[in-house]
Amino acid sequence: MEKRQIKDSLFEKAQVEASEKERIAAPASGMLKDAWLRLKKNKAATVSLFVLIAIILLAIFAPVFSKYSFKDTDYSLVFATPSKEHIFGADQFGRDMWVRTWMGTRISLMIALVAAILDLVVGVIYGAVSALIGGKVDAVMQRIIEILVGIPNLIIVILFLMAFPAGVGTIIAALSITGWVNMARLVRAEILKLKNQEFVLASQVLGTSKKDIIFKDLIPNTVSVIVINVMFTIPSAIFTEAFLSFIGIGLAEPQASLGVLINGGYQVLRTYPHVLVFPAITIVLIMVCFSILGDGLRDALDPQMRK
Amino acid sequence: MLKYTLKRLAYILLTLWIVITCTFFLMKKLPGTPFDPEHFSIMSPQQQEKVLEMYGLNDPVPVQYIKYLKNILRGDFGTSYTYVNQKVTDVIGGRLGPSALIGIQAVLLGLAVGLVLGILAAWRHNTAIDYVTMIIAVLGVSVPNFVAAALLQYYIGLKWGVLPVGFWTNWACSILPSIALSFSPLAQVARFTRTEMLDVLDQDYIVTARAKGISQFKVLTRHAIRNSIIPVITILGPIVVNLMTGSLAVENIYSIPGIGSLFVDCIKANDYPVIMGITVFYAAFYMLVVLLVDLAYSLIDPRIRLAKGKED
Repeated sequence: MEKRQIKDSLFEKAQVEASEKERIAAPASGMLKDAWLRLKKNKAATVSLFVLIAIILLAIFAPVFSKYSFKDTDYSLVFATPSKEHIFGADQFGRDMWVRTWMGTRISLMIALVAAILDLVVGVIYGAVSALIGGKVDAVMQRIIEILVGIPNLIIVILFLMAFPAGVGTIIAALSITGWVNMARLVRAEILKLKNQEFVLASQVLGTSKKDIIFKDLIPNTVSVIVINVMFTIPSAIFTEAFLSFIGIGLAEPQASLGVLINGGYQVLRTYPHVLVFPAITIVLIMVCFSILGDGLRDALDPQMRK
Repeated sequence: MLKYTLKRLAYILLTLWIVITCTFFLMKKLPGTPFDPEHFSIMSPQQQEKVLEMYGLNDPVPVQYIKYLKNILRGDFGTSYTYVNQKVTDVIGGRLGPSALIGIQAVLLGLAVGLVLGILAAWRHNTAIDYVTMIIAVLGVSVPNFVAAALLQYYIGLKWGVLPVGFWTNWACSILPSIALSFSPLAQVARFTRTEMLDVLDQDYIVTARAKGISQFKVLTRHAIRNSIIPVITILGPIVVNLMTGSLAVENIYSIPGIGSLFVDCIKANDYPVIMGITVFYAAFYMLVVLLVDLAYSLIDPRIRLAKGKED
């Protein structure tokens, strides 16, 4: 057997370059990637995310690939109970509830999404302008918000719906009229907080232009606040739309939002509960998933707030 | 404190004035009069003048506006279009009782159950009761109140026939609507209490109390609960808003003669004076509740000072 030789050189101290010591071996993970990694650990939030994706896909494709249309009536099928042909049964005009439910989901989601985007744009601009300009402009803008906050949202939405013909556009406008206030307040508070932090000062000292500070330092750092708020705006918009349609001042037949479907189902609840049950389960699922995912995202984006 | 309260009251009045002005001119733009066009057209001009006078509609709009404001200061909101010859204040006043009853019952029920669940959930953190509470909390805010109300009505009222649905004759009629309305406050309170309680249970003074050898039960009742339920007051504002929203649907579902169902009926019937009256009522009620909550909070919890220093 060959004798192993141990070289003296192995006992010499290793030379490590100072710069090598400081090198970060793993690629830097940005805020969003970081948040995604944290979100993945939250099982409930991940499941909610997939359920929501499934619901969105169904809302987009189910009506397209079904051989029935959401408005075609078939009087031999009036109040048909769920069967192989009609998975969710049919309503009082023999319309296929499977297609109607997903069509309603599509409209509800669309209303909520557009309302949330409008809230986001108006709210972020208002909040950012208020915080960045400051002084008298800020004072006036804040007084306006204080007045708006005093009025219950629902009243503004209802009055708005009375003034304009009911339709998808009107509901979206009504929802966004009040919806942006919360976003504006959050963004303003966040920017005011950020403005006094060291990294902004450092940026100023380095001679960064004001525009770059706003768009590269301040706005990106408010992203988590904005994302979290949007996650709570969407379900509340879905709820408000459904609520208005349910009490009869929102959308109406033949349009099919989830609220309209639930209203229709409620009328015949005593005799044909299945007409109410499927849209109701869908809206509850959407709301629950958004709520859990919203909480999960808040924890993921802002670990300090975790409870 | 006084200065702060006065400032807030001034804001409330300003906001109310804006609400009144906006709704007034909005209503003037909308179609619809208190009159049936067929009957109105066969009246003589003098008769037309007389009924217009009765509803205050014969002046130009700006004059009507000034008159309306003056009347409001005297507590007169005009005459209803649909409830013939009835003052708006009487129409609304007559509907207050049922709404107040189910609203108060719902808040009390929600507070009682929510507080107990929240406290138990935090005390037994990460156990079955904690998970159940969280599920209830998520469902309570996610299930739309009208869906919950409709299902309660169907299963408990109609299928089991335990409680009346949709009459307003005795107290039993208020049970189901109150339960339906209580879900959202219950969920909000349970969740909020749990969070606060978890926070408090982490504090040093709880550790100290335990180290002194005080029994678990006493630590909980003497130290933890007391400190964690005070902030619950702060969510009363949002709870009231939810109640107002909820009552619109729930009162319709159970046919309760309350403000919510009146509002919906009047919107469908274009009864503008009553709509305006209820709008002002809702706005004033909401702002007063928020103000009272803020004041009560600063009185109960000396650590909170509303106006930061000087005034206090």
